[in-house]
Amino acid sequence: MSEHKTTEILQEEAAKLWGEIEAKKAEGKFAAKDRTAIPQQEMPSQDPVVRAKNMSEVALGYTETQARVEAERCIQCGGAPCKKGCPVSVPIPEFIKHIQAGDFKGAVDTIKNTNLLPAICGRVCPQEKQCQSFCTVGKMLKSPEKAVAIGRLERFVADWERSNNLISVPTPKPDTGKKVAVIGSGPAGLTVAADIRREGHSVTVFEAFQKTGGVMVYGIPEFRLPKAIVAKEVENLKKMGVEFKTSFLVGRTATLDQLLTEQGFDAAFIGTGAGLPKFMHIEGENLIGVFSANEYLTRSNLMKAYDRDHADTPLYDAKRVAVFGGGNVAMDGARTALRLGAEKVYCVYRRTRAEMPARIEEVAHAFEEGVDFHFLENPTKFIGDEKGKLIGVELLSYELGEPDASGRRKPVAIPGTEHVLDIDAAVIALGNDSNPLMSQTTQGLNVTKYGNIIVDENQKTSIARVWAGGDIVLGAATVILAMGEGRRAAASMNEYLAGK
Amino acid sequence: MHKILEKRQLSYDKERDQSVFYYKVEAPEIARNRKAGQFIIFQIDEDYGERIPLTIADANAEEGWIAIVFQTVGATTRRFSMTFNEGDYVPVLVGPLGKPTHIEKKDGIIVCVGGGIGIAPLHPIVQANHAIGNKVVTIIGARTKELLFFEDEMRKASDELIVVTDDGSYGRKAVVTVPLTELCEKEKVSEIVSIGPAIMMKFCVAAAKPFGVPITTSLNTIMIDGTGMCGCCRVKVGDKTKFVCVDGPEFNGYEVDFDNMMQRMTAFKDKEREADHKCRVGLDAGKVKA
Repeated sequence: MSEHKTTEILQEEAAKLWGEIEAKKAEGKFAAKDRTAIPQQEMPSQDPVVRAKNMSEVALGYTETQARVEAERCIQCGGAPCKKGCPVSVPIPEFIKHIQAGDFKGAVDTIKNTNLLPAICGRVCPQEKQCQSFCTVGKMLKSPEKAVAIGRLERFVADWERSNNLISVPTPKPDTGKKVAVIGSGPAGLTVAADIRREGHSVTVFEAFQKTGGVMVYGIPEFRLPKAIVAKEVENLKKMGVEFKTSFLVGRTATLDQLLTEQGFDAAFIGTGAGLPKFMHIEGENLIGVFSANEYLTRSNLMKAYDRDHADTPLYDAKRVAVFGGGNVAMDGARTALRLGAEKVYCVYRRTRAEMPARIEEVAHAFEEGVDFHFLENPTKFIGDEKGKLIGVELLSYELGEPDASGRRKPVAIPGTEHVLDIDAAVIALGNDSNPLMSQTTQGLNVTKYGNIIVDENQKTSIARVWAGGDIVLGAATVILAMGEGRRAAASMNEYLAGK
Repeated sequence: MHKILEKRQLSYDKERDQSVFYYKVEAPEIARNRKAGQFIIFQIDEDYGERIPLTIADANAEEGWIAIVFQTVGATTRRFSMTFNEGDYVPVLVGPLGKPTHIEKKDGIIVCVGGGIGIAPLHPIVQANHAIGNKVVTIIGARTKELLFFEDEMRKASDELIVVTDDGSYGRKAVVTVPLTELCEKEKVSEIVSIGPAIMMKFCVAAAKPFGVPITTSLNTIMIDGTGMCGCCRVKVGDKTKFVCVDGPEFNGYEVDFDNMMQRMTAFKDKEREADHKCRVGLDAGKVKA
């Protein structure tokens, strides 16, 4: 592990580089090769030893100087390959050009033309698999990890706008008298709400939980995405006139059909997410101490159980926690376990670090914080004591074989390698199936055999006046993909409403 | 926000210092769509409150209210009962949740068995069966007379009501399985619905088994979201893991692994005791100040 650099050190390094850049510019000798010679600016972060015990945000965000220096690394290559890697096609070179000119407001406004939630996406997008993987600079340096840090720049300008109170809320067009129901207040729903409200239609967002934000509130922990940022985005939508109804479970409190008929909604968008945790169906899975990642994270995040002095929702005390899975949710679970006081946290994944689907930065953070990774292992059964409490897990070792359908090398079990790991809590983070509630309570809504809602290229479902998007369509995916689907749906819905 | 229209104490258990309360709460949307067997989740604080599931004990769609009945077994229910009064508002209330009871016309009688706090969730099921013309015999039981409630409501909704207490202080001195077995012996019983402590439901299943009568049990496991998202409420039913919140709360009693369910319900027992103790101390301190 490399030495942790404080924000002050990083700022000093950036200031020195900035001086050199300015000097070269003054001499008129600042060329593309000078840009690519600038080292990628490291993200300032809390010291791993300190942060592993607190819930505050880990990544602290670029300083202004760092952002200016990092922006100079973009060579404005033409063709904008980065933009093609973005699910909502943010005009990346343009917003970076604004930063290069010192115009941060211009930069954030440019992003917001296509992405309404830059403070969130800058934090949780898997940039290394999207925009940054196409970056010409990264390619020139033969490492996508050395690409221009687009996500960090996006975050910087969004945070700059928020902390300087410069957020401008778009003024909706005059009221059209049409009503739209948005079901679910996660990234897909919020995107749809904004895009439709802008056109002057009235929008009501229905949320089953007591708080808005969906997975950004119950799933992604505070240390990765502060809840105040999500709350701010919702507040902006309220300022635009979007109405929010919490503790309203569409399908039960009112059915979709009731909304569309009795309650007079002209159209509806279903963005209910992937909310049915997968279990492994192995022995001992119902022992006390075995949790789905959804439960473990919801207790801590939404119910604020980490705040032991105030929260009524209890936490399960555990000293040795094993998290199963290799995605972002697994990293969130493992890092939450550390913060909740576990002495030892394992992450058990049946492939290797190279195949992990989690964001590179989250994996790196988990390593730095002391999560103990058990690669090429998979549980075969959970072991309990006489009171039904978890005391261990039996693991089987694997090796990598031929690539499978996902293109990743398939893990193959090595017979006879069973061994026991002593743990007192297990967190299963193997993804989610789709929640069947909407399809069970809505006649004629076509779903796949996995329960995902079937939509056409405009996100339209099998029911008239109903669109869907996000994880309920995609299966468990990412915030930005959900937003991409939301944008597409909203465009189609606006077109429909305009012609109505 | 849901206004509390009526609050009544239904019983007090001296031995355990626990009370049972009835709250009638304004909830027009829930009242309109709810069916027998469904439940709600409430919180007494939007930010820090825990989510407590309670089966709806009564409702009126025209008047727009539902009734919930709960026992002060933990910190939240205790604080709710002591600090929320008529005219106050319940900050979070979501529902109706879960699948409704399957109610259909049957040839034989329906025996509804409610034990302790389980009498409350049984009430709408008795009502619904009665409403479609099923002959309903209801058995309600408690440890002692003071803990019985809803006797009049149940009598009104049933064709016959049998009351039992463990100590014989009221009604017949027996546990609920005794009249249940007798009914199975004497009458043509089409279905049994049993709601109460897990151990009672387990014994009802054992009592029903020799007669091969179908028995439905309603489970009250720990929940968080109540919409199928977390799996906290899961329990083994047959050879499958089921979520009580979305697959239930009612299941075929013969298939429920009650031992697994009872174990899982102890997961946070120590924490609950600790919180309840702190809560009592806090409320007592409040009283002294006042």
